[in-house]
Amino acid sequence: MSVRTLPLLFLNLGGEMLYILDQRLRAQNIPGDKARKVLNDIISTMFNRKFMEELFKPQELYSKKALRTVYDRLAHASIMRLNQASMDKLYDLMTMAFKYQVLLCPRPKDVLLVTFNHLDAIKGFIQDSPTILHQVDETFQQLTEIYGGLSAGEFQLIRQTLLIFFQDLHIRVSIFLKDKVQNSNGRFVLPVSGPLPWGTKVPGLVRTFNNKGEEVRKVEFKHGGSYVAAPKEGSFELYGDRVLKLGTNMYSVNRPVETHMSGASENLAAQTQESIAPNPLAKEELNLLARLIGGMEIKKPSGPEPGFRLNLFTTDEEEEQAALTRPEELFYEVINIQATQDQQTNEELARIMGEFEILDQPRRSASKGDDLLAMMDEL
Amino acid sequence: MVAADSEGRNASRVRQLVHWCVLPFRVLLVLTSHRGIQMYESDGSVMVYWHALDAGDASLVQAVFARGIAASGHFICVGMWSGRVLVFDIPAKGPNIVLSEELAGHQTPITDIATEPAQGQDCVADMVTADDSGLLCVWQSGPEFKLLTRIPGFGVPCPSVQLWQGTIAAGYGNGQVRLYEASTGTLHVQIDAHARAICALDLAPEVGKLLSAAEDTFVHIWQLSRSPEGGYIEAAPLL
Repeated sequence: MSVRTLPLLFLNLGGEMLYILDQRLRAQNIPGDKARKVLNDIISTMFNRKFMEELFKPQELYSKKALRTVYDRLAHASIMRLNQASMDKLYDLMTMAFKYQVLLCPRPKDVLLVTFNHLDAIKGFIQDSPTILHQVDETFQQLTEIYGGLSAGEFQLIRQTLLIFFQDLHIRVSIFLKDKVQNSNGRFVLPVSGPLPWGTKVPGLVRTFNNKGEEVRKVEFKHGGSYVAAPKEGSFELYGDRVLKLGTNMYSVNRPVETHMSGASENLAAQTQESIAPNPLAKEELNLLARLIGGMEIKKPSGPEPGFRLNLFTTDEEEEQAALTRPEELFYEVINIQATQDQQTNEELARIMGEFEILDQPRRSASKGDDLLAMMDEL
Repeated sequence: MVAADSEGRNASRVRQLVHWCVLPFRVLLVLTSHRGIQMYESDGSVMVYWHALDAGDASLVQAVFARGIAASGHFICVGMWSGRVLVFDIPAKGPNIVLSEELAGHQTPITDIATEPAQGQDCVADMVTADDSGLLCVWQSGPEFKLLTRIPGFGVPCPSVQLWQGTIAAGYGNGQVRLYEASTGTLHVQIDAHARAICALDLAPEVGKLLSAAEDTFVHIWQLSRSPEGGYIEAAPLL
């Protein structure tokens, strides 16, 4: 699968996370300066140069576990705290939103425009912070350098890699259900009308050419959809009209974020199997993850800025209820890694490993990494 | 049946393709993945051949995989991420399978391969290969495969290709279906068929019906026929 997918996945999910947090901060009437601080801290952590360097290296996608861990850390990069239930809901919304955007991209390359839409909005959140703005612009540059020259075939592979990552995720999101872009079984509705991808003609024409290459016949047929040609191509420049609406902020104070937790799909068996089967790449992934998180400079909440708890639900009772009734198949397993600084990473991991007690059944494994993994799977 | 993916579930370990290869004296089941090519006896009981993918020339940023499988006579051809097409010579029975040739015609990853028995003196083409750039290569199989024609792409991938009675049917990433004369590469039919990328083409050879399926959720069926005037291929929409 494509080794160029992780940056797109990370940035777009991050963008959705910020939209949701922004909406909840306003809905919960968190004071403006605190809200701004939270968004600034998260954005500056996301776009940290070391972090971006690690992210942009050609590599396979992280597992769902590993990625969820990264966002857990990111969401707690500031004075804001989230309970497990709220974090779960946040992640559900983020992933379903980006899945929707990927599915509906007219051209595979349009996922880049979706990413730019997210980045444009992120710049809107941090207008008053020139340093962070600069970091985001640098990321824009990197995206253009790396993805600007990719062929349509390479973008198709990226698209497939992303869709495989999101396979079997069918959590129902209220805002999607209301807008009728998602069915009650959690599947997205693929529209058969609207603007065509840039470069595609309106379906409905058969042209025939003779042996000399001259057109000898033109026959029209009814296609079944009702499409119109795209008015223009979205801009891939630093500033410009992206044309595509996917990836822009769909939340506002009047459109609260809710999810229905009956995301059960027929492929439950497949889902549970994923966490049971040992993954030989997992050790490699843990190292990558530790380096990635090590690159995150998480500010510890201290001094005169007291932390606060954000609730993704309308009331505390709802949040408690959601935690109790979350279907088992939707449990996210989070890897707990204490790694903070790059240099300390290996030492930290070694310290953690040393602190684990020996289990009842002695494990026969090739290396310490395997022990660590096996133990984490049992947590 | 054959064991499921025993390497554990992970986004990178994806089975790319499975294909029954019908050869003159046997049928083999061929599977490709990012690791290599596996060939099994048709009942899945025995793996008769394993070819590991050589990522040697791949830069760090290239995905390594095999894609596109077809049988031509006693050969099995498999496309690669590099654009090469591996040609395996298959004996009537047993595991003595040999990589006989590596065809160089494409520079971008192969997407699909289609074959049919050669139609006669006027059309010796019996294989067509397609790639991510939309380029089609037309071949004549044999102890040494011969490249007969190249049909250039136009900036979009060609995910699916079929070969029928000397006609190439190609489905493209911009929703178009095009029909070409295999021996000359001449374009005879161009259909603005779909609003999104075409995923697959299939052909019912006895009745000359072509099916196209695309990401726009539609499936179309086309009736292929020969023009009474020029003998070239024509297509009419059926569904």
